[in-house]
Amino acid sequence: MDLFHNLAIGFSTAAQPANLLYAFFGCLLGTLIGVLPGLGPLATIAMLLPITYALQPDAALIMLAGIYYGAQYGGSTTAIVVNLPGESSSVVTTIDGYQMAKQGRAGVALSTAAIGSFFAGCVATLALAALAGPLTAAALLFGPKEFFALMILGLILASVLSSGPFIEGIGMVVLGMLLSLVGTDLSTGTQRFAFGIPQLFDGLDFVPLAMGIFGFAEIVKNLEQDDKLSLVTQKIANLFPTRDDFRRMFPAILRGTALGTLLGVLPGGGAVLSSFASYTLEKKLSKHPEQFGKGAIEGVAGPESANNAGAQTSFIPLLTLGVPSNVVMALMVGAMNIHNIQPGPEVMTKNPTLFWGLIVSMWVGNLMLLILNLPLVGLWVKLHTIPYRYLFPAIMVFCSIGVYSINSGTFEVYEAAIFCVFGYLLIKLQLPAAPLLLGLVLGPAIEENFRRAMVLSRGDVSVFLTSPLSAALLAAAAIAIVLIMLPTIRSRREEALQE
Amino acid sequence: MTKLTIRDQRAFAEGALFLAFAIFFFVTALNYPAGSAARMGPGYFPRLLAIVLAAIGLFAMLGAVRPTAERQGLPRWDIKGLAWVTGSVALFALLLFPLGLIGALFALIVVSSKASPEFTWTGALANAAILIALCLLVFVSGLGLQLPVWPALFN
Repeated sequence: MDLFHNLAIGFSTAAQPANLLYAFFGCLLGTLIGVLPGLGPLATIAMLLPITYALQPDAALIMLAGIYYGAQYGGSTTAIVVNLPGESSSVVTTIDGYQMAKQGRAGVALSTAAIGSFFAGCVATLALAALAGPLTAAALLFGPKEFFALMILGLILASVLSSGPFIEGIGMVVLGMLLSLVGTDLSTGTQRFAFGIPQLFDGLDFVPLAMGIFGFAEIVKNLEQDDKLSLVTQKIANLFPTRDDFRRMFPAILRGTALGTLLGVLPGGGAVLSSFASYTLEKKLSKHPEQFGKGAIEGVAGPESANNAGAQTSFIPLLTLGVPSNVVMALMVGAMNIHNIQPGPEVMTKNPTLFWGLIVSMWVGNLMLLILNLPLVGLWVKLHTIPYRYLFPAIMVFCSIGVYSINSGTFEVYEAAIFCVFGYLLIKLQLPAAPLLLGLVLGPAIEENFRRAMVLSRGDVSVFLTSPLSAALLAAAAIAIVLIMLPTIRSRREEALQE
Repeated sequence: MTKLTIRDQRAFAEGALFLAFAIFFFVTALNYPAGSAARMGPGYFPRLLAIVLAAIGLFAMLGAVRPTAERQGLPRWDIKGLAWVTGSVALFALLLFPLGLIGALFALIVVSSKASPEFTWTGALANAAILIALCLLVFVSGLGLQLPVWPALFN
């Protein structure tokens, strides 16, 4: 069996002591930032990106991936115990998880979340391993026009699925693509939009941009809303769900896992969308929808499984097609670039140990998280009592040093300061920043494939519609736009995405 | 004909922002040869994108003046918080080479702490001491990053 052979390769990589250590470190750090509000996986990965230079590529990616799915675990802990979602993907967990905690069932809610996440993590790892082969084979059939169409579809879906009106999402995507054009044009060598600044000749680095918007501007926003933490810390007594709890949570976990696995693969999908969709689904299917919001265990089991599954399967488009489906994956592109790995179908053929090692490490990491989380809940909750006025300067210090270390220069730090102001402007105008970053990362590849396709067709645009594959992808994008413009779906979507 | 009023000021500002960026990129791109569709020059794709962005911006602005648009004002800016945070980052960049990491971090931590309404000198100084020690341990001894630790005078 090919799959088992590949998984065996993965195990031999993931089980190396150094990689185990970095997986553990990533999970630990992920849990930590998941617990702390105001610091998400995005800023953390951006911050650590330059520092991973010193690591082996497989260790670096294993650690960064651990941060992403570790944050899903950490976020749910504080959502349940103190009613504060550490991550946006655990927002829905606060609804029923905190109610369970108020009824003295915090321990049960926590172990439900952990069991659900672990189960989902296992299934998602298998899905990733099983889908990787066929999708990679499909990607090898892609030419420039198909890649162009695929990326357009990805960006359209990402704007459709992001919160806020579609027009804002797509505007931010296009703006991000324009910003990606700064620097040397690869086909002609012309300097574009660089204004003679040598640091811009290599293009606008996305780490300072991500750090300015998601690190610094986020801090200004958090300082504005001076919400005092109301800690209702209580002893977490009973961790074990009853037989009845198991009976109720099991189908929810199965459905959440399936939903998260599917939605994670979609461009623009991932952990946040999966958890919201799962909560809605559980409430719809439940025989007792009135219990939701009052401590229904399905409301914890479903979304928690879904967000973990979604976080993991969002690696599928990145690793097989080279198209990041969300911003965290866009940062993973950056991490791969640092180590001279071209994301896409070639990762699997050229670096099989890295590819399968990363996949298996996710399963190992989930196991670590299970062990790490339940006994240490008390400690994680304590972390929540660190006042924000001490926390945010620490975040600023790590971000600043991280930005500096991209090039060991201060130009990037100034850049981050400018993007802090820009990010604050976006927050005030309620413009979503995630599509901007996706556009920035995908922009150069879209231009390149567009140009190549047009050279091959001698300037005939209709080529995108005569090739069946690219026509199908573009048709899917068009359908998504039409659907989102329909009023009924628009209001439904707003309902589902509102936080 | 009713008087044209901007009912949704937020959406209008957002459209204006898109339009301004579009104009900036389009005008700058005029310096680069566009070429033809079959042989695109460096100016072709930027112009195309800028036109799309301008259309999106205009669409948003038109939507904001529709008589049916939702009334929405512009939110207030927390200029002080923004200035402390942004300023402390710029100060860190400015001081890193002349003063070294320790001095620059000290400035960054103390100045950024001012952004908090609950600022106290003892809290900020203690936080600075802990964070500087942590950074020296993790980034300088641990990861061995290329950072100037001491002021330039001593090198």
